[in-house]
Amino acid sequence: MKNAYIARSTDIASRMFAGETMIMSPRDSTLFNLNETASAIWEAADGRTSLEQIIEQHVCAAFDVTPEEAMKDAESLVQELAEHGILKVSEEPIS
Amino acid sequence: MSLMQEMGAKALKLNIPLSVQLDVTYRCNERCVHCYLDHNDYGEMTTAEIKDLLDQLAAAGVFFLVFSGGEVFLRRDFFELLEHARSLLFSVKVKTNAIMIGEKEADRLAELGLHGVQVSVYSHRPEVHDRITKVPGSLERTLAGARLLRERGVNVIFANVLMGPNAADYPAVRSLALEIGAEYTVDPTITPMMDGQRGVLEWNIRHAELQKVMRDPALVGSVEDFCAPPSGPLSEQDAYETLPCSAGHTACYVSPYGDVYPCVQFPLPTGNVRKQKFIDIWRYSPQFQEVRSISMADLQGCSKCVHSGSCSRCPGLAYMEGNMRGPSIQDCEKSFARTGIPSENLLKKHPELVQITNFNPASLQPT
Repeated sequence: MKNAYIARSTDIASRMFAGETMIMSPRDSTLFNLNETASAIWEAADGRTSLEQIIEQHVCAAFDVTPEEAMKDAESLVQELAEHGILKVSEEPIS
Repeated sequence: MSLMQEMGAKALKLNIPLSVQLDVTYRCNERCVHCYLDHNDYGEMTTAEIKDLLDQLAAAGVFFLVFSGGEVFLRRDFFELLEHARSLLFSVKVKTNAIMIGEKEADRLAELGLHGVQVSVYSHRPEVHDRITKVPGSLERTLAGARLLRERGVNVIFANVLMGPNAADYPAVRSLALEIGAEYTVDPTITPMMDGQRGVLEWNIRHAELQKVMRDPALVGSVEDFCAPPSGPLSEQDAYETLPCSAGHTACYVSPYGDVYPCVQFPLPTGNVRKQKFIDIWRYSPQFQEVRSISMADLQGCSKCVHSGSCSRCPGLAYMEGNMRGPSIQDCEKSFARTGIPSENLLKKHPELVQITNFNPASLQPT
């Protein structure tokens, strides 16, 4: 998954405060609360930057975590958010 | 604690207005007998003013945004406002009578990813619904609009305000909602006019009807739990720590003229976004600060009431009765209908209840 591109769905509701991000899925009104690290990934999910680059530039550069640990957590996060339709995942850049 | 409760607690701690209701117009194409609004237009905010306000609300941390009125679709720019709100990633709910929702409007609403559309339905019988709205054919058009939304997967909520003429109809309205896959909410509260006039309260349902609603398991779940006798007043510590309501704490209301209030049912003027930035009103208005300073312990006649642990007391209704630190008799009546036990505030107003109920509330006071 590290070469995957991720993009925020435009259907969701989202707001960040105190470094954390609240997201509501439109499909089933499920609420998510992303911690600071997950919020950094979320904010960087522009569809043009690969997950590996996001980890390197926005997670490892800002938080005390190894690239391997960060990638493991990120993959789990991306999978869960994708299952609820709030994150798009593709092997190609997403416009 | 659920994630929603965590969000509320965090917003309270950080002084963030998590929820805002924005009325974009008071104009309406119905003339409901119980309505609390003056439908004349005294200078609504322009498209640019509302868009700027939405930007400010997003920056302030607002997550839940309710567009209401009046009838929101009477504004020609309403879809432009909705699109702007969704681009700012609010969770958006729209309150409407759905009369103006045709296929084209339903398509656009479905594309916008709304949290829900709340539709006012008073009865399953046209002669009752249309008499309340004073618009012949309104029930048929409202239901047609709601169906178009449901066909497109939009979450629809039927809001059923109960009054004397429609009190017996709610089970059929609920069935209608279930039939088209809509949610259903019932509200037995008639609100005084925003200018304080209380004539509309004559439409309130009677005590026996309210009792029936509060004992309907389809609405309240476990009747035994919902209608359980009050457990007595809150402890002193809880009374100091318990806030009366989210109004002014994590929620507020903005009128079509830019006036900011703690809630649509709590018309305490706190400022106007045409004169000040929203965040300055929210943070620094003396009125908001006063509302935030009130805990249950400060409520005269309520803090030691036997119902204080479970009462739905609305500070706005109390304010409209003359004292935001006082009781809301409408809620005292609800507690009485729910439990059969009158509060001391209610007994002061209706001393005859002592004979009717043979109950002395003092027996539940701490010894």
